[in-house]
Amino acid sequence: MTDLTAEAPVLTTRDGKPLKASLARALRREKLRSLMLIAPLLVFIVVTFLAPIADMLFRSIDNRIVAETLPKTVVALAQWDETSGNLPDETVFQALHDDLLIAVEEKTHTRLGSRLNYEASGMSSLFRTTGRRVKRMEDGSYAEQFINADKDWGDVKTWQILKRFSPPYTAGYFLNAVDAQVTPDGIEMKPENQRLYLLLFARTMMLSLIITFSCLLFGYPIAYLLATLPLRYSNLLMILVLLPFWTSLLVRTSAWKVLLQQQGVINDALVWAGLVSNTDRLVLINNQTGTIIAMTHILMPFMILPLYSVMKTISPSYVRAAKSLGATDWTAFWRVYFPQTVPGIGAGAILVFILSIGYYITPELVGGTEGIFISNRIAYHISSSLNWGLAAALGVILLAMVLLLFYVYDRIVGIDNVKLG
Amino acid sequence: MDDQDSIVSFREVQKSYDGVSLVVKNLNLDIKRGEFLTMLGPSGSGKTTCLMMLAGFEAATHGEIFLNGKPINNVPPHKRGIGMVFQNYALFPHMTVAENLAFPLQVRKIGRAEQEAKVKRALEMVELAGFGARRPAQLSGGQQQRVAVARALVFEPDLVLMDEPLGALDKQLREQMQYEIKHIHESLGVSVVYVTHDQSEALTMSDRIAVFNDGVIQQLSGPDDLYENPQNSFVAQFIGENNKLTGTVKELNGATCQVALADGTELRAEKVNVDGVGKGTTLSLRPERVELEPNGGMDNKVTGRIEELIYLGDHIRIRMSVAGNNDFIVKVRNRGERRRLAEGQDIEIGWAAADCKALDLVQ
Ligand SMILES: Nc1ncnc2c1ncn2[C@@H]1O[C@H](COP(=O)(O)OP(=O)(O)OP(=O)(O)O)[C@@H](O)[C@H]1O
Ligand SMILES: [Mg+2]
Repeated sequence: MTDLTAEAPVLTTRDGKPLKASLARALRREKLRSLMLIAPLLVFIVVTFLAPIADMLFRSIDNRIVAETLPKTVVALAQWDETSGNLPDETVFQALHDDLLIAVEEKTHTRLGSRLNYEASGMSSLFRTTGRRVKRMEDGSYAEQFINADKDWGDVKTWQILKRFSPPYTAGYFLNAVDAQVTPDGIEMKPENQRLYLLLFARTMMLSLIITFSCLLFGYPIAYLLATLPLRYSNLLMILVLLPFWTSLLVRTSAWKVLLQQQGVINDALVWAGLVSNTDRLVLINNQTGTIIAMTHILMPFMILPLYSVMKTISPSYVRAAKSLGATDWTAFWRVYFPQTVPGIGAGAILVFILSIGYYITPELVGGTEGIFISNRIAYHISSSLNWGLAAALGVILLAMVLLLFYVYDRIVGIDNVKLG
Repeated sequence: MDDQDSIVSFREVQKSYDGVSLVVKNLNLDIKRGEFLTMLGPSGSGKTTCLMMLAGFEAATHGEIFLNGKPINNVPPHKRGIGMVFQNYALFPHMTVAENLAFPLQVRKIGRAEQEAKVKRALEMVELAGFGARRPAQLSGGQQQRVAVARALVFEPDLVLMDEPLGALDKQLREQMQYEIKHIHESLGVSVVYVTHDQSEALTMSDRIAVFNDGVIQQLSGPDDLYENPQNSFVAQFIGENNKLTGTVKELNGATCQVALADGTELRAEKVNVDGVGKGTTLSLRPERVELEPNGGMDNKVTGRIEELIYLGDHIRIRMSVAGNNDFIVKVRNRGERRRLAEGQDIEIGWAAADCKALDLVQ
């Protein structure tokens, strides 16, 4: 092909300005106007939502507290060889003394203590006791005085931890979040009995998959009915599907507690019907079964609605055509109807899976210890243990997992195949 | 009752959806093997309903349907072996054209090699060889339509149903497809039941036409008969253009009758569907059978006034006031008379009694 544009004269508007520039200016003005229309909401979202999330995520690697509280010590420790097995020399102890004097004055040393305590227990009390003694120390031979104040200062391990966590950014939270730790020999897994998070992640994934699948299993026929019943009945059914949305989540979850417990309605009914003997009633709550049952119910509408909106658009003539071509009811469904609902299944499954992977209240209430999710652990670190760095790291991993799943889904199904209506 | 050359027989079939009104009233119809039969009728007259009963998607409320002499009321659709082309084509959007065509072969467990050969032949038949790998959405309306026809024929049924298959196409394409479908019908020898509400489509394609109205077959005959010899006013009105004159039967004499119009004009007409002397009747007369200034022994002669002249090139339409009817249309071939004709002019017109049918009275 020949390049026509090269020879084409530059088009201008009537005042002689190049057409392209004029067009760009006109479009820019329009864009600016629409931007101004959305500006209030944009600012609101950035200030109250995006910024806090970014800040929270940043906490997962933020370790500036060590260098800020003990600036001189951090510098002095840089010279020390932590693999030598010897304590650092007197200059380091002197720097620590200087730093701690200021820290005690500003009362920041206890915060540093709790921060380092996440990495090795005993650090918190070490800084508290030392903080009480540091003002009374005399000049000279600081090493001796520190070790007198707390014998942990005489332990190489204490100094190794201090040095390892002196950089402003750390992978420590992330390692913790995947049950790993840094030792002088490098990164290794924590002892078997201290591992927790990998199991929780795996369980969250597993249960979310099961919940998604059971939502699909129960939701598909309902959505089909919704899409095919005459309007009179389908409206009624739609109200029943939407009813849970109008009831508080807590109320629904508590209702499941009433239904599922060992002296609850379901067990009573089963015993009465003679299906279960009174002595071994089913354990349906405070375990994974409870979480699965309650979450399936609560997330069901998120599966039904996308499915319904897709099924609604499938003309009944496709199935008729299939049957007229010789397909049995099952073949017509499986080869002709079902493939056309896949975009709805995709949308519903993504929605339910992502909602359930971050669900918190329901597992907390009906999951017991067996059925809790990673999000419950995150909540614990945010509100009880106050280890926000670890909570942030867990959150980042969860987010990354969801994004990864999105990506995999996109590769397999194609994200533009997802239809919500 | 089930005679050997009919592939389909409807026997006293009735259908009601709501239990209150009948959509199909007492349908008796025999479709001959190899025939192209068209169901023609206005919207809501029950054509699709008949087709759906035949295909097995609707159950007859009463009566029996026979396919190849066997009652099929209790045979599910997929066992009837009837090909069907839907109005919106119903091509499976998630399959390619070739997969669509292979579908009926796959469900019949036909070997892969034979499948491929048949699909290829079917695509060639509708002149779409090379389009096998496309999705239906990547085809034009006419191409989709052809795929739908090919899919309904690929498993070699002896009967194919088509429900307004050309409804979505523009006029030119529709005419081309009419020809192609007719051609396929002739070369394969399948029986076709075709539904349309386009009368010219029905006239050009069909061996026989069943004109439906209000759940009843008004007339079942070949295209020419339908036009030349309508059996009642509805058919006369529905097929082609038609002038309507209302009057009372004065006397009957053999094949003709004498009819007096409201203004006293007396006309002679062929007696087709009249109840007897003194009863009302509607006369039906085709516009092209009227002659201007007839010479000699014409059966009927009246004077009318020209209200409007419409020049259409090869012919001229004249709207006239005749015997109190000011919507009387006359079509004359363009032989240069237009120079002599002027609006407001009175002129004598005439027609033969055989061209004027006395039918049942409609208001
Ligand atoms: N599923 C149904 N439920 C109730 N009534 C129906 C149903 N299908 C059709 N009808 C009614 O039956 C009558 C005949 O419908 P049908 O579809 O057979 O008409 P048709 O001749 O095919 O018309 P068209 O040319 O518009 O397609 C109509 O009055 C219609 O309202
Ligand atoms: Mg119809």
